[in-house]
Amino acid sequence: MNIVACVKQVPDTEALIKVKADGSGIEEGGIKWVMSPYDEFGVEEALKTKEKFGGEVTIVSIGPARTMETVRTALAMGAEKGIHIDDPALYNADAYATASALAAAIKGIPHDIIFCGMRAIDDDSGQVGSILAELLGLPSVTVITKLDIEGSTAKAIKPIEGAQLLIETSLPCVITAQKGLNEPRYASLPGIMKAKKKPVEVKKAADLGLTVEQKSTVAKMSPPPARPPGKIIQGDDPAAKAAEVIRLLREEAKVI
Amino acid sequence: MAKGVWIVAEQRDGALRKISFEIASTARKLADELGDEVCAVLLGSGVEAMAAELAKYGVDKVFVADDAALEPYTTDAHAAAVAKVVKENDPAILLLGASVQGKDLSSRLVGKLATGMASDCTDIKIEGGKLLATRPMYSGKTFGDIVVSGTPQMASLRPNVFPAVENAKAGEVVKFDAGLDAGALKTKVLEVQKDASGKIDLTEADVIVSGGRGMKGPEGYSVLEELAGLLGGTVGASRAAVDAGWRPQSDQVGQTGKVVSPNLYIACGISGAIQHLAGMSSSKYIVAINKDPEAPIFARADYGIVDDLFKVVPELTAAAKKIL
Repeated sequence: MNIVACVKQVPDTEALIKVKADGSGIEEGGIKWVMSPYDEFGVEEALKTKEKFGGEVTIVSIGPARTMETVRTALAMGAEKGIHIDDPALYNADAYATASALAAAIKGIPHDIIFCGMRAIDDDSGQVGSILAELLGLPSVTVITKLDIEGSTAKAIKPIEGAQLLIETSLPCVITAQKGLNEPRYASLPGIMKAKKKPVEVKKAADLGLTVEQKSTVAKMSPPPARPPGKIIQGDDPAAKAAEVIRLLREEAKVI
Repeated sequence: MAKGVWIVAEQRDGALRKISFEIASTARKLADELGDEVCAVLLGSGVEAMAAELAKYGVDKVFVADDAALEPYTTDAHAAAVAKVVKENDPAILLLGASVQGKDLSSRLVGKLATGMASDCTDIKIEGGKLLATRPMYSGKTFGDIVVSGTPQMASLRPNVFPAVENAKAGEVVKFDAGLDAGALKTKVLEVQKDASGKIDLTEADVIVSGGRGMKGPEGYSVLEELAGLLGGTVGASRAAVDAGWRPQSDQVGQTGKVVSPNLYIACGISGAIQHLAGMSSSKYIVAINKDPEAPIFARADYGIVDDLFKVVPELTAAAKKIL
């Protein structure tokens, strides 16, 4: 089976994010970069699918030179090869432009199933997997916690508000992964050594026949609005403190 | 030229979801500023009667497609139907809810309509005749103001953030043919397993009582359940509690869990790691109960109690019982 997993390199979840003074983006200095956690679930599912049905996993990623580390991490986990799209026109691109670039790269390779994370934890837009599916003319099943493939049929569990859906679709398709789908493996030391020799093609947008077209822009970034300092209820008696909070919620906040 | 503020209403099992009224009311506000009308797309089987409810929240026209292939929701059927009616009518703005279904549908529509979208917005307005949408990025560590250059300008709105305001309009029903070829649809819902507990989903709850590492084990959650039940809310958990196996994944609030915006969020034994704050900092009021006075959660809380949660929470329940 020809399996593709799309990954994005993002700041570590623990990273402190500072907005540049002019609001044009974030300060990148001192940030530790990692594979977006939801993409790890996608890569793991891609590897499990390969282990079950045979075939190859190709990693596709977009970003500056440092992105190669994330591609190598996925190769160290067990993927066979990578495509790294490194083009300044695509750094910080919107969802449509990002999906267009992924689609252009994936169109050129055989693909029976494509995995993406449900969202990247930097821009948090959560759109790319679905747009990619549309651009490739494939069905998409998003934000899933279980996947079973049989022949050319895929069955997936998708939690929704107050229920779970069992959805069936046909391969080829795009799947977006959420937490609960699996436990991503760690790269082993031999895996890391082997990954260094695995092939990764580096491409520019033009190599993919792509003209980058953004449909939305971040006009300005700002730090989150400051919350006014809260009230710590003083005292030694839990009952008195609890009664005071209930009173405040009722009379001041008016939320109960 | 593109004109009008459109929404896609969300219904399930014959009833409109609350998010539909939130986006209808927001669309009304934007349309009034632009001097435009609000149109809703309503899809399903036997759904026409719901148009009147949308009208109550400021919808001028409801485009209804009644087709068995639109029930229950599937990505490909709904995306095809919405894309068809949107292309025929060329609205300037298209809003959806950032619910599970709305996120799936809106993203697919971005591809079909070749446009841009600000997803999971917490604020939205018109500036210079254009949509300006504000949304949390980097899990709420920053906010971005998004401008969409494609048409329609799309945004999805975070549930529970925008008020639903009654403002009755005509709600004229315009029927359209979804134009679906049932044979060409590639996704199918085989089964809907309803959550037997009848638990309110975290993303839709007005009150959430959440427990973290300080709960010390799964048993402790019964005191949270009691308080949540009394306040008409539901129970959530931090990643630490979910990873420890004390609570199911569906209860997790945070960067790798759910993003919630209740009126009241009561954090019990939760230190307030940045991953957790990412999921709940758009709550309207936050109460923190923690033994550690240095816990970062107190910096985000409106009201804090530094004490043992197992002593405080039952007292909260007792005090609430007296007034409710």
